Amino acid sequence: MTGEIAAILAVDGIASGAIYLLIGLGLVLIFAVTRVIFVPFGDIAAFTALSLASLETGTRPGTVALVAGLAVLATLIECTALVRAGALSRLPRALLFYLVLPLLPAAAVWLVAGMALSMPVRIALSLALVLPIAPLLDRIVFRPIADASVLLLLTVAVALHFALSGMGLLFFGPEGVRTKPLVDAVFEVAGLIVNAQTLLIVVAAVVFSGLLFLVFEYTLLGKALRATAINRTGARLVGIRPATTGTIAYLLASLLAGISGVLIAPVTTIFYDSGFLIGLKAFVGAIIAGMTSYPGTALGSLLVGLLESYSSFWSSAYKEVVVFGILIPVLLWRSLSMAATDDEETEE
Amino acid sequence: MTAAQLRLAGLGAIVLLAFFPAILSPFSITLLNFIGIYALAVLGLVLLTGIGGMLSFGQAAFVGIAAYATAWVTVKQGYSPWLGLALALVLTAAIAAILGGVTLRLGGHFLSLSTIAWGLAIYFLFGNLPMLGQFNGISDIPPISIAGFSLAASQRIYYLIWIILIVALVLAANLLGSRQGRAIRALRGGRIMVESLGIDPFRIKLVTFVLAALLSALSGWLYAHMSRFVSPAPFDVNVGILYLLMAMVGGMGHLSGAVLGATIVTLLRNSIQDYLPKIAFSASGQVEVVVFAVLFILLLQRARGGLAPFALRYLPRVQPTPPKLVGALDHRRQPDRGTPILAVSEATRRFGGLVAVNSVSFEVEAGEILGLIGPNGAGKTTMFNLITGALPLDQGRIAFLGRDITHLPQRLIARAGIARTFQHVKLRPHMTLLDTVLLGTYGRTSSGFLGGALLLDRAEEHRAEAEAMRQLQRVGLADRAFDLAGNLPLGNQRLLEIARALAADPALLVLDEPAAGLRTAEKAELTRLLQALRAEGLTILLVEHDMDFVMGLVDRTVVMDFGSKLCEGAPDAVRADPRVQEAYLGGVV
Repeated sequence: MTGEIAAILAVDGIASGAIYLLIGLGLVLIFAVTRVIFVPFGDIAAFTALSLASLETGTRPGTVALVAGLAVLATLIECTALVRAGALSRLPRALLFYLVLPLLPAAAVWLVAGMALSMPVRIALSLALVLPIAPLLDRIVFRPIADASVLLLLTVAVALHFALSGMGLLFFGPEGVRTKPLVDAVFEVAGLIVNAQTLLIVVAAVVFSGLLFLVFEYTLLGKALRATAINRTGARLVGIRPATTGTIAYLLASLLAGISGVLIAPVTTIFYDSGFLIGLKAFVGAIIAGMTSYPGTALGSLLVGLLESYSSFWSSAYKEVVVFGILIPVLLWRSLSMAATDDEETEE
Repeated sequence: MTAAQLRLAGLGAIVLLAFFPAILSPFSITLLNFIGIYALAVLGLVLLTGIGGMLSFGQAAFVGIAAYATAWVTVKQGYSPWLGLALALVLTAAIAAILGGVTLRLGGHFLSLSTIAWGLAIYFLFGNLPMLGQFNGISDIPPISIAGFSLAASQRIYYLIWIILIVALVLAANLLGSRQGRAIRALRGGRIMVESLGIDPFRIKLVTFVLAALLSALSGWLYAHMSRFVSPAPFDVNVGILYLLMAMVGGMGHLSGAVLGATIVTLLRNSIQDYLPKIAFSASGQVEVVVFAVLFILLLQRARGGLAPFALRYLPRVQPTPPKLVGALDHRRQPDRGTPILAVSEATRRFGGLVAVNSVSFEVEAGEILGLIGPNGAGKTTMFNLITGALPLDQGRIAFLGRDITHLPQRLIARAGIARTFQHVKLRPHMTLLDTVLLGTYGRTSSGFLGGALLLDRAEEHRAEAEAMRQLQRVGLADRAFDLAGNLPLGNQRLLEIARALAADPALLVLDEPAAGLRTAEKAELTRLLQALRAEGLTILLVEHDMDFVMGLVDRTVVMDFGSKLCEGAPDAVRADPRVQEAYLGGVV
């Protein structure tokens, strides 16, 4: 390997690391606030890419039907719960949040699909379309078992991933897609040719993780999210509803997933089931940081991206084996360095 | 129903199973073969996840390692399937030991996430290694033959599959009823209680993990020689999820749930594969995945216990017979009354900037009851955790029976002869009172996993049961020995914890607020019990809030305030001390 190849691989690795970073931040965010390890995260990123590609070719994305179905189901569940509780006055609000708001972008996409749209409009529509997916899934799948153990929630999340990727095939078909590049320029940095797309990915990752940091550090909303993460009961006592902060966390995470989907769509061919591997690699990054620290997740994601890039140079067939194999020394190091955690769980 | 009748019924079921190949169609036998093979892997999962509380998505990978190992040995190397079995078991156990070794010390979800990751890694490894046929797999695997008798026909391998499954079920049931099995059942719900009984939770988890992997290995070996072909697909992560679904449907908490779940899901899959193409012809494979995933989610939302509890409700119950009070475990010789047995010197513990325990020293003498008292936030419970090893000391030294125990792990301190109870009762609600107290005898008994599974531990087990019964009698709970611990009122749960601690035959019994939440009559009963224990030569250290209870019981008290020792002495002297009055009443008096 020459120095030049090494540098090219490093740039590649940093770019995929940046994608894993965005997804990893979302994973840590949802885990902290709701204790759900949201495995279907990568699926949402893949669905965004697939939607964007459909809009580009002028066809109606399968996501419209998916979102509509989820919205109807969530509305039914919410309304049944409200009627049973006798809280009829809250019905209009429920209809607005679970039916009207998610259906608005879906309806818009349904109407304009097939027209020639400019790239920013396509991107905005794809993002708006996938935004409700995670909160709706939360309402349908996780809210009824919000107090269950982490392991049970994880099992449900894994099953949900298989349901989603199965539906992905039905809605999007088996073909892989790759969208047009977002920016079409090439730079030369210190004798090294860098694609503008790569630069955009890195900049986007830095900007959005910076924004996330500002939200958490300086807004009341961010503080409410952190409070829920630290102590759900305590948060409840000061007037924060864990269900609401959960929804916000899912919205934020859905946005992060959507952005990473948009960013990755022009550089990798995305299939209906590509999300799982992307999501799991982001997990590896988050696990390196112990699933709790945001800066640690950033470093971990970067490491995973670099590792993947270099191992695909040596042997592309084994790159997945290498990336997931890295977990073993990482976990060994964590289990030796971490003081035994007092994870007392109540028996069900 | 007696145990003998139950055995007869089980024997009848086995005879029926033996006649199935004669009466059922070959297709039904093939289905039964798959059910048996799945049930073996799911049995491991029930042990691991349902009973031991460790969630694994990667059991399919272990099945795959074994299937590929035997395929490689028989096809590529030309050796016998029995050598394939040996390699399958050794390889699976070794990999499970390494993976378990690095993940089982960490929190539960680390293990689960890494099982997904290694499941995928192994899938890609199978698919890319040229020596394993890459994604085309390995075909023409020879059938198993026993002394020249070939088991190629599905009616023949049927017997091997179901004999292995039944033997595995019996051994697993034996194991769960033994010393190590109780430790496995105690794992769920946190490690502090487990360690306080002298049990090493990491070791128990690791062995359980390897056992579950070995059951998967048997399943994989049988699978490879039954279908005569292996490829990566049947060992993918979504198959690992299918195993979990089977375990959930059947009932995670019951061994029988493995067979029940494997049967229901296999039959359901079979009929879905018949009907789905009629509804959705194009992508029926994916629809199947969606249907199962949705079913799985609904099941987890609505009926986490699975079907086994329902089925067991309709089965006649076996009346347990109370153990005979014959034989006993060896007792320690208590140290002579008045000799110091516990010496705490200048113990310090900080939490960040807060000094919770600040250079506290005191001694406990054999045969006395010492009360550690102080107002809220005085550092009593921290002191307590330092003595029992639940928290490490920052500075200072603790010696017990002349031995430095300052840096010993909790379980070795427990083994050295300090038994404890908890301020917030730590019991396993689904264990019977007898099993709970038997857990206490863990450190005094020695039978291992194999001995338990093969019932070689019966003599020791009977002595341990007699010991446990005696301790239950002592605290007045013997007539409820087969009730579940979770069904007891709080007062009795505290007594049960004391019985469990006594079953460890300690030299020092440390009680954390034993009177909290007790009614007056219960407190009087507790006082009588502790006085009787003192009369037998047992030393007791108690942390307590309830002044009336403490002052009427203890020989000496140590008073703590704001992390430091205020004074020590006889109850009356301490009560008269103005510093103590000020600490408690704020100097108003």
